[in-house]
Amino acid sequence: MRYSYYPGCSLEATAKPYDVSVRSVCQALDLELDEVKDWNCCGATSYISIRELTAFAISSRNLALAEKMGNDLVTACPACYTVLNKTNIYMREKEDIRKTVSEALAVANLKYDGTVKVRHLLDIIVNDIGLEKINPKIKQRLDGLKIAPYYGCQISRPHGTFDDPEFPMTMDNLFSSLGAEVVNFPLKAKCCGGMLMTTDPENGLSLIKNLLSCAQDNGAELIVTACPLCEINLEAYQKKVNRKFKTDFFIPAIYFTQLLGVALGLPKEKLAIGKELVSSEKVLDRFYGGKR
Amino acid sequence: MIKTSEKLQETFLEDIYSIPDGEKLKNCIQCGTCSASCPTSHLMDYTPRQVISAFRAGMLDRVLKSNTVWMCASCYYCTVRCPSGIKLTDIMYELKRLGIKYDLYPPQNASPVMAKIFVDTLNRFGRSAEVVLLSLFFLRTKPFKILNFVPMGWKLFQKGRIAVFSKTIEGKDDLIKIIKYIEKKGVA
Repeated sequence: MRYSYYPGCSLEATAKPYDVSVRSVCQALDLELDEVKDWNCCGATSYISIRELTAFAISSRNLALAEKMGNDLVTACPACYTVLNKTNIYMREKEDIRKTVSEALAVANLKYDGTVKVRHLLDIIVNDIGLEKINPKIKQRLDGLKIAPYYGCQISRPHGTFDDPEFPMTMDNLFSSLGAEVVNFPLKAKCCGGMLMTTDPENGLSLIKNLLSCAQDNGAELIVTACPLCEINLEAYQKKVNRKFKTDFFIPAIYFTQLLGVALGLPKEKLAIGKELVSSEKVLDRFYGGKR
Repeated sequence: MIKTSEKLQETFLEDIYSIPDGEKLKNCIQCGTCSASCPTSHLMDYTPRQVISAFRAGMLDRVLKSNTVWMCASCYYCTVRCPSGIKLTDIMYELKRLGIKYDLYPPQNASPVMAKIFVDTLNRFGRSAEVVLLSLFFLRTKPFKILNFVPMGWKLFQKGRIAVFSKTIEGKDDLIKIIKYIEKKGVA
């Protein structure tokens, strides 16, 4: 199976381990990823806060580039996913947006006919490949590992394309089929604060604290996310949370592709495991010959 | 209580109704599902429900000058739960844009600064360069706080998670042409 790949800006920087593990896992699952050549930033939640149509236009440049490649466009970043998806829907359904954006694209010798399907990698893995086909490739079951899959917002909101906007289950089902114990985690789709962690850290920290205590109080040893911003917010600010709220959180947060890669028997380096700020060693070493 | 000047109020109305599905705002029943679902409504000067209420009362400028819309983290809970199908997150975006356009945003709030720097960075590189973005952000908002981020930045750097050099995309000229075209049309 072949897909066009849109990494997004985070995956080239703080979320580099996500990109590394995405590529390794896709290779192990026989998914071919062709990176969209010379893609630009999707604009995230910021560009549209300043300019609307321009935001749709720069996002459409990516869709136009992907359309030439012919396959579904896959990204692992929920923010990119939502922005590209929203742009795609409006380019198909809203005549006024399509008209102006098409004119703008034409200035750069590009055109977009609205034929690209925007997908999240989690959707591809669970629904295009499917658990039955993944299971025979599993080298290392995750028995006994207690995890809290954390979805955050934009993977299922607002569009709810492949999972429930209120109570998503895709990662729960994936990892419990691999033997992991998914703990009760009612806040799994609550917001981590996103950019607020940077622009308003005091309030950002309290949102993070709620998520961390919900995961830890329910017995999770590991948080698994499908979002670069959620991942960095959840792991990088634990010390600050501890200082502010007199707590003692030390709970690693990794990308879902990293954990899936563990189950596929991939070596740590190929999954960029060890690049966390809160070490996952204690939790994951049992799968690499270490003691529990 | 000072009301938003009638002309400005009319402009706001037109602008909000012009965004995709913006007219659904008329269907608001003031049930408060949006405020109850919002992870940051307790931090807002006006809750999401009150935003619509203020809008109807012609007092939108007060909302724009408050921290309200800039506390929206784009989680889309209000949008998926609204019984009237109002895309409130998109309306929050439109209110952010109106605030910037009419210079009615809260000067002490860091979020509009971040959004502007994000746009500048994207226009410059074609991508969002985290290092440039955060450096400019702290320089412009709280230069002394930058020190608080040094330990974390250093750890991330050691883990290979900081892209020190910002790449500029090859098609940057094309990207600028696209942006300029829309701006020239005056519909940005």
